Amino acid sequence: MDIDHDTLVFFSKSWGLFYLLAFAICVLAYTFWPSNKKRFNKAKKSILDPEDKPWQ
Amino acid sequence: MVSTLTRSERQAAIGVSVLVAICGLAFAALGRHDVLEIHGFLILAFGLLCAFAVINGYYEPEPTDERLASYYDAPIKAGIALSMAWAVFALFIGVWVASLLAWPNLTFDQAWASFGRLRPVHTTGIIFGFGGNALIATSFHVMQRTSRARMPDQFSAWFVLIGFNLFCLLSVTGYLVGVTQSKEYAEAEWYADIWLVIVWVTYFILYVRTIARRKEPHIYVANWYFLAFILVVAILHIVNNIAVPVSLGHAKSYPVWSGVQDAMVQWWYGHNAVAFFLTAGFLGMLYYYLPVRAQRPIFSYRLSILSFWGITFFYMWAGSHHLHYTALPHWVQTLGMTFSVMLLVPSWASAGNALLTLNGAWHRVRDDATLRFMMVAAVFYGLSTFEGSFMAIRPVNSLSHYTDWTVGHVHAGALGWVALITFGSFYTLVPSLWKRERMYSPALVEVHFWLALAGTLVYIFAMWNSGVIQGLMWRTYTEEGTLAYSFIDSLVAMYPYYIARTLGGLLFFVGAIIGSYNIWMTVRAVPLAADRGSDIPDSSAVAVAGE
Ligand code: HEM
Repeated sequence: MDIDHDTLVFFSKSWGLFYLLAFAICVLAYTFWPSNKKRFNKAKKSILDPEDKPWQ
Repeated sequence: MVSTLTRSERQAAIGVSVLVAICGLAFAALGRHDVLEIHGFLILAFGLLCAFAVINGYYEPEPTDERLASYYDAPIKAGIALSMAWAVFALFIGVWVASLLAWPNLTFDQAWASFGRLRPVHTTGIIFGFGGNALIATSFHVMQRTSRARMPDQFSAWFVLIGFNLFCLLSVTGYLVGVTQSKEYAEAEWYADIWLVIVWVTYFILYVRTIARRKEPHIYVANWYFLAFILVVAILHIVNNIAVPVSLGHAKSYPVWSGVQDAMVQWWYGHNAVAFFLTAGFLGMLYYYLPVRAQRPIFSYRLSILSFWGITFFYMWAGSHHLHYTALPHWVQTLGMTFSVMLLVPSWASAGNALLTLNGAWHRVRDDATLRFMMVAAVFYGLSTFEGSFMAIRPVNSLSHYTDWTVGHVHAGALGWVALITFGSFYTLVPSLWKRERMYSPALVEVHFWLALAGTLVYIFAMWNSGVIQGLMWRTYTEEGTLAYSFIDSLVAMYPYYIARTLGGLLFFVGAIIGSYNIWMTVRAVPLAADRGSDIPDSSAVAVAGE
């Protein structure tokens, strides 16, 4: 098969778009998934913990 | 330093150093009719020096298992010192090249001191020497703290840090003797590039191994930024530097890419170097040190995740805005332009997230220069990304391209954002790392802040003015349809701005010297504060880990 300029342009304008859309949906789902909320809240507070030793 | 390595790590260190020295010797022999000879001997000396340093401490007592109850901080401390040393050196060269544009005689008729050679010494010294060491040091700190785990061994971190500095040394000395592959921000030649790949892969593996040992189940968002930085820089560096050396005894190589493809690969690299070297890693710093310093959690953790994926995926496509109005296909230029404009969204999300974190603590920002460093850095981050998205629009770029406007933009990013967030992070990190109550002199932090801010503002205002005037002079036509100004006319118009820029750079440079002095005195002078950490292992850790 000949891969020429037009083929690549077509590919990036169609599949490239869909792949970015699908990707965005995954990221949004992960970010707003209700059960992740607790974990995120814990993560952002946890770095403020003054303890400076690795957990054993 | 050697005393913190185990016996077998000391042996490995000697082995690797000797191996490096042998490679250096081989280069010196093969390249004896080329400038490569100089680098061969430099690598030889570097390898031998490292080997002797380790041999010297070889019979010191081994570290006990007690070390496992604390984080491994020695390479972080060394990284901070190296970073500040590179900052002072490269800012000095920066002031020199700035002066050269106003007073060209300052090359003193020496080939090595010509503008074309000193400029990459400045850019490499700042981006890789100052920025790179700062990123390595802070990433080692953040990855251990947020994982609540010590890094898996003591040797890898030193290999990464010292190996990376060998790369910087080879690059900078190479430019001075005329070794360059003429790709911006990737000037170093093939042998230095191969070495960097080895160092960088070790860095990535070390980071992932530490994360794999984590006791904290969730990987804090700062780590995502650092990992993206390490991973993407590896990819960019490898692809952009694929080249064929003239021979093993020659410093010169030729890239496999040619023509417009070479240009596209270079600016895909170049722009993502801005994105992942100069932005992603520093956002990692921002998301860790700003909340820690302010003692307030980040405003929105979700927003930080969204902007992470936005930045990583949009930036990848934006590089072609460096090649507007070139032989690059029009649709590729348009693609780069579109993604650049879209980039504004995740960029401002990060900048806004940082500023909103401080909302309600403005009195702290007023009183604490360290926090102010980070606050102003976030403002400049917002400013330079807005400017960048604007300049990426094709008709705007037709005015800004080739002019000092680009230089102004670069320095709003590099001084205002990258350097200020680094200084803020260092001033947060240094007292905690060396277990001091505070910095040696808060007054000097204050002085540094104002010098840095004044220097940045003088610099970018000079370059904005100069750039826009330049751009307009180049496109002003007379009634007869000829150009109204010659190129020399525009140069004469630049003269006062070049002097102003030199002055701005000088202020920034003096600030960095004061900062280094303050860090030095903190390490030396202030007595130990009470132990900041508790000695008792956190019992909740076990419960959390099984979550
Ligand atoms: C949304 C974010 C950004 C966009 C869309 C953007 C866009 C641009 C554009 C359009 C140019 C001029 C290209 C030309 O005409 O040749 C440029 C140059 C540059 N920018 Fe940005 N920029 C962004 C953020 C940043 C940041 C945060 C930094 C620094 C830390 C930075 C550093 C640079 C550098 C070093 C250059 C000079 C490249 C050269 O040597 O020609 N940019 N950027």
